[in-house]
Amino acid sequence: MAKYKMHILICGGTGCKSSNSLQIIENFHNILAEKNLADEVQVIKTGCFGFCEKGPIVKIMPDNTFYTQVTPEDVRRIVDEHIIKGRKVPDLLYTNPENKEHVSDSKHMDFYKKQIRIALRNCGFVDPENIEESISRGGYEGLAKCLTEMTPEQVIAEMKASGLRGRGGAGFPTGLKWELCAKNKADQKYVICNADEGDPGAFMDRSILEGDPNSIVEAMAICGYAIGATKGLVYIRAEYPLAIDRLKIAINQAREYGLLGKDILGTGFEFDIELRYGAGAFVCGEETALIHSMEGQRGEPTLKPPFPAVSGYMGKPSNVNNVETFANVPVIITKGAEWFSKIGTEKSKGTKVFALAGQINNVGLIEVPMGITLREIIYEIGGGIKDGRQFKAVQTGGPSGGCLTAKHLDTAIDYDSLVAAGSMMGSGGMVVMDETSCMPAIAKFYLEFTCEESCGKCTPCRVGNKRLCELLEKITNGTGTMEDLESLRNLAAVIKDSALCGLGQTSPNPVLSTLDNFWDEYVEHVVDKKCRAGVCKKLMQYVIDPEKCIGCGKCAKGCPVETIQRTDYIAPGHKLASFHIEASKCIKCGACINNCKFGAISIK
Amino acid sequence: MINVTIDNKAIQVPEGTTILKAARMAGIDIPTLCYFELDGMNFENKPGGCRVCMVEVTKDFNGKPRRNLAPACATDCVEGMEVLTASPRALNARKTVLELILSDHPNDCLQCEKSGDCELQSLAARMGIREIPFKGEQTTYKKDTTLSVYRDMDKCVYCRRCETMCNKFQTAGALSGVNRGFPSVVAPAFEQKLGDSSCINCGQCVQVCPVGALTLVDNIKNVMDALADPTKKVVVQTAPAVRVALGEEFGMQPGEIVTGKMAAALRRLGFDRVFDTDWSADLTIMEEGTELLGRLKKALAGEPVKLPMFTSCCPAWVAFYEKNFPDLLEYPSTAKSPQGMFGAVAKNFLAPKMGVKREDLVVVSIMPCLAKKSELARQELGNGTDQDVNFSLTTRELAHMLKQCNIDLNQLPEEDFDNPLGQSTGAAVIFGATGGVMEAALRTAYEVHTGKTLPRIDFEETRGFQGIKEATIDFDGFPLKIAVAYSLANARKLMEQVRNGNPNGYHFIEVMACPGGCIGGAGQPYHHGKSDIIRKRMEAIYREDSGKPIRKSHENPDIIAIYKEYYGEPCGHLSHEQLHTHYFDRSDKLEATK
Repeated sequence: MAKYKMHILICGGTGCKSSNSLQIIENFHNILAEKNLADEVQVIKTGCFGFCEKGPIVKIMPDNTFYTQVTPEDVRRIVDEHIIKGRKVPDLLYTNPENKEHVSDSKHMDFYKKQIRIALRNCGFVDPENIEESISRGGYEGLAKCLTEMTPEQVIAEMKASGLRGRGGAGFPTGLKWELCAKNKADQKYVICNADEGDPGAFMDRSILEGDPNSIVEAMAICGYAIGATKGLVYIRAEYPLAIDRLKIAINQAREYGLLGKDILGTGFEFDIELRYGAGAFVCGEETALIHSMEGQRGEPTLKPPFPAVSGYMGKPSNVNNVETFANVPVIITKGAEWFSKIGTEKSKGTKVFALAGQINNVGLIEVPMGITLREIIYEIGGGIKDGRQFKAVQTGGPSGGCLTAKHLDTAIDYDSLVAAGSMMGSGGMVVMDETSCMPAIAKFYLEFTCEESCGKCTPCRVGNKRLCELLEKITNGTGTMEDLESLRNLAAVIKDSALCGLGQTSPNPVLSTLDNFWDEYVEHVVDKKCRAGVCKKLMQYVIDPEKCIGCGKCAKGCPVETIQRTDYIAPGHKLASFHIEASKCIKCGACINNCKFGAISIK
Repeated sequence: MINVTIDNKAIQVPEGTTILKAARMAGIDIPTLCYFELDGMNFENKPGGCRVCMVEVTKDFNGKPRRNLAPACATDCVEGMEVLTASPRALNARKTVLELILSDHPNDCLQCEKSGDCELQSLAARMGIREIPFKGEQTTYKKDTTLSVYRDMDKCVYCRRCETMCNKFQTAGALSGVNRGFPSVVAPAFEQKLGDSSCINCGQCVQVCPVGALTLVDNIKNVMDALADPTKKVVVQTAPAVRVALGEEFGMQPGEIVTGKMAAALRRLGFDRVFDTDWSADLTIMEEGTELLGRLKKALAGEPVKLPMFTSCCPAWVAFYEKNFPDLLEYPSTAKSPQGMFGAVAKNFLAPKMGVKREDLVVVSIMPCLAKKSELARQELGNGTDQDVNFSLTTRELAHMLKQCNIDLNQLPEEDFDNPLGQSTGAAVIFGATGGVMEAALRTAYEVHTGKTLPRIDFEETRGFQGIKEATIDFDGFPLKIAVAYSLANARKLMEQVRNGNPNGYHFIEVMACPGGCIGGAGQPYHHGKSDIIRKRMEAIYREDSGKPIRKSHENPDIIAIYKEYYGEPCGHLSHEQLHTHYFDRSDKLEATK
């Protein structure tokens, strides 16, 4: 095996790939070959580094140099300067937004300082298409340990002791779930991996599958051993072609290496994995809906009980875990439950991956220990609010979650504290909002998503969410009343109380949490007909201050609907009559404001 | 037994009892909408989707209150459970859910076919809904119709009963949920037209629809116009199952037999002759029974022949095997259905007798069935320009027509049918119940085959509500293996067996599509899931049979006479021409959805 002096890690995840990272990789190969360095410097296409905002990412090892927003043209400079001469390329390094200083390596970047990477341990370090790289970092050690040193009962006991809870959203204890399934005797059982990631903006499952598919293959085999299943199924949305490709490669390589198949590691244990593709329905992340979809039925939930552990795929006992949950499993086995359970809070152990997004400086994928505060995430890892604006709210848990405010910034976040605060962990979406966000409009945005994604089976979700949406539309377009606010609250409460599945039961959370935390803003919309964030177009009025207007007419010329007319009034000190905007025809495009050089036009 | 407390009333229920059923045992009637069950007939729809029956579980298995409300229809009782069915929280949710449903409903009750018989209407009245607080968009869909079923999905409440009926009970696979969220609706795949789908027009979706989303195709006006046309003679035939259900529409108890009153009523409506499909049922037995004996003889002689023979009276069943089992089209009897035979006799034999041209003779049938409306339009059941049967009305349509014409069945005397197509036997009337055609055929085939009088006339082994009944009948030493099925899911099981070489060695199989046979047909008065109604109709059918002076088809003097006078012999040349039919491979309808 060749020994390399240096490794160049280039992100081959979906985000960086779409920013041309494959060309960067090719250029590295070509230029290194040209310089006769191909035997000394290894080029590795890895999975996601998480700091997607600054992609494409190129990392040079062993000195841990972290280059951001690299273009294919930068490759020659990196080779010439860094690889050959040993000098870092300063303008490609990450720049701290506060002191404008270049940060030479990722260990010193705020974005990474507070992260603890367990589920994402291999993402950005290994070539996900090469099982040997995974094995060199401890891959399949957990499976080997289970098969050679542990009984299935011991595996389950270890999982229970670790305190790992489901990372898909609901937070059900994983070990207990395995135990329930293990107890049921059947001729066939199934291990199902839920890779139907559907929260808007969440991409941790995709990143894991793209960056470290072997950890999922290994974990599913461990689960199969623990519960007595020989078949594994990954339900993955067809919109994740790269994840599908890499998973297939990992499965095939694992088979070649005797890590999947009939006689794994010579222990007689049999386990294999197949893929099932989903069409990208949000509700199919709900485990009963997921199972129905895999069976070729309409993807909609059914009542539990029976739980999948009793009657799941094809009526057989099945254990469904989310990708991120599985990603934790091998490490728990190799490092032990005790190590894992030291991380996190009393009832939520380990770490959680969040997709950090919104009006924040550092957007990307982060993995943090349970119990970290929102403040740490937003101001330290996230680098604070963009353009120095004020923090207003953070939405966690995706469309099923709620909006938390400044008063929750110091809450140690875990499954239970988020629910207590009126939101939820969900699969880990985290959208940060500043004062330019209108909360009724945000609630409406999420409700529109739930309306689209409701399976339609139960009345509260099918019709109720539609009516919630319509009420929010009334409120945000200025025709809402105080009775509507009352109606909104009652309807949201009834939907939460009576919907069939988790989707419906949590869909009113954005409404309820914003009603609780931003009541004044709702009242302003219906009583004062004002949107303080300036988001709700129907509530905006463009007004020309006749005292400031010099009568140049630039605004009128640029108005696409010709609703700006000259008046008779000439303000003192001006030579020409001022202009006036006829509000009824105004489409609030903002062209006049941009055209006025005298600050005479404002939004009211 | 486990102990539960519902609305502070302690009761004991067997394990596995739902809160809904436990409450009913305790005399507490929790309202439902999507929930639907036909007790003992293999039909249950409890998706837990409508959320009308939500109740508050104040003490669950863990001794704590349940976080959310629970659907009573789909939640099993557990030991020590305490439930409130009408707490303010449960009532508020129930009412809000109902208001939501109504907010997406046309609310055109005055013009709706289901007015007065609508479960949503009753629910709104019961819950005291006086206004609908939610104003907003309503879903709209294309209207669609076959010859039997009319779909106005704007009225659909998405209870999915039709879907369960179509897919689980009949395995026709025509209806399923399509779209997501607010526009979700039950429709054929790709929202194609029902007539282009795998629909078999059994109409059971109509029978179970709680609202007016699925209704029958109303032919009352066609019949009224024909009756009013002085150039036409209009004759009517009435199917066996109608006479044990029509009374329900006039406030009589289920199972009341109104044969005589019905004949009187039809005469009052102005039909020129009032005949009986029972008569042609007897004729069917002669043809089908003879055909069976013919096939058996060939089989015994070692000649190649298709066995088992299937009955062919049920048009939904015929459509089903034409679409699903095109490789087995030679197995069913070629005998037309009693409706079809009656039409052929009327147009070929009766019209000249009455001195009218066949085009001027309008044949109307009164059927418990929606599929009959489609059957009569089959090309082979007419002469190319004029169908043998012109219009088919259901039991419900007949009741509507009588009410429109101010005729109260209760007030009428009992009258007889006209002759010669009016006299029938007990064997004919049992066609209305599952197993009846089999029993009637056995009565005749046995005596014709053996030349002996039956030792017993009642074949108990073919009766009752079991989905598939099997028996071996001693045919004077020959063990005749029979099976009887209702629900096409059961028929499918038997067809799969035949496809796989008929391992059970059946000779004769009867199939009816609807629950309990024609008595549970889609054209019958709505039973709203009260299976007792269907059971009472069945009892009445056998009561009518046992009260008949003649109970074997081959002893019907009018049948004997028509063979003598016209057809010569069963399965003879003329009867083959007029009383037998053939089937078509219609599996292309299915290919499209595969």
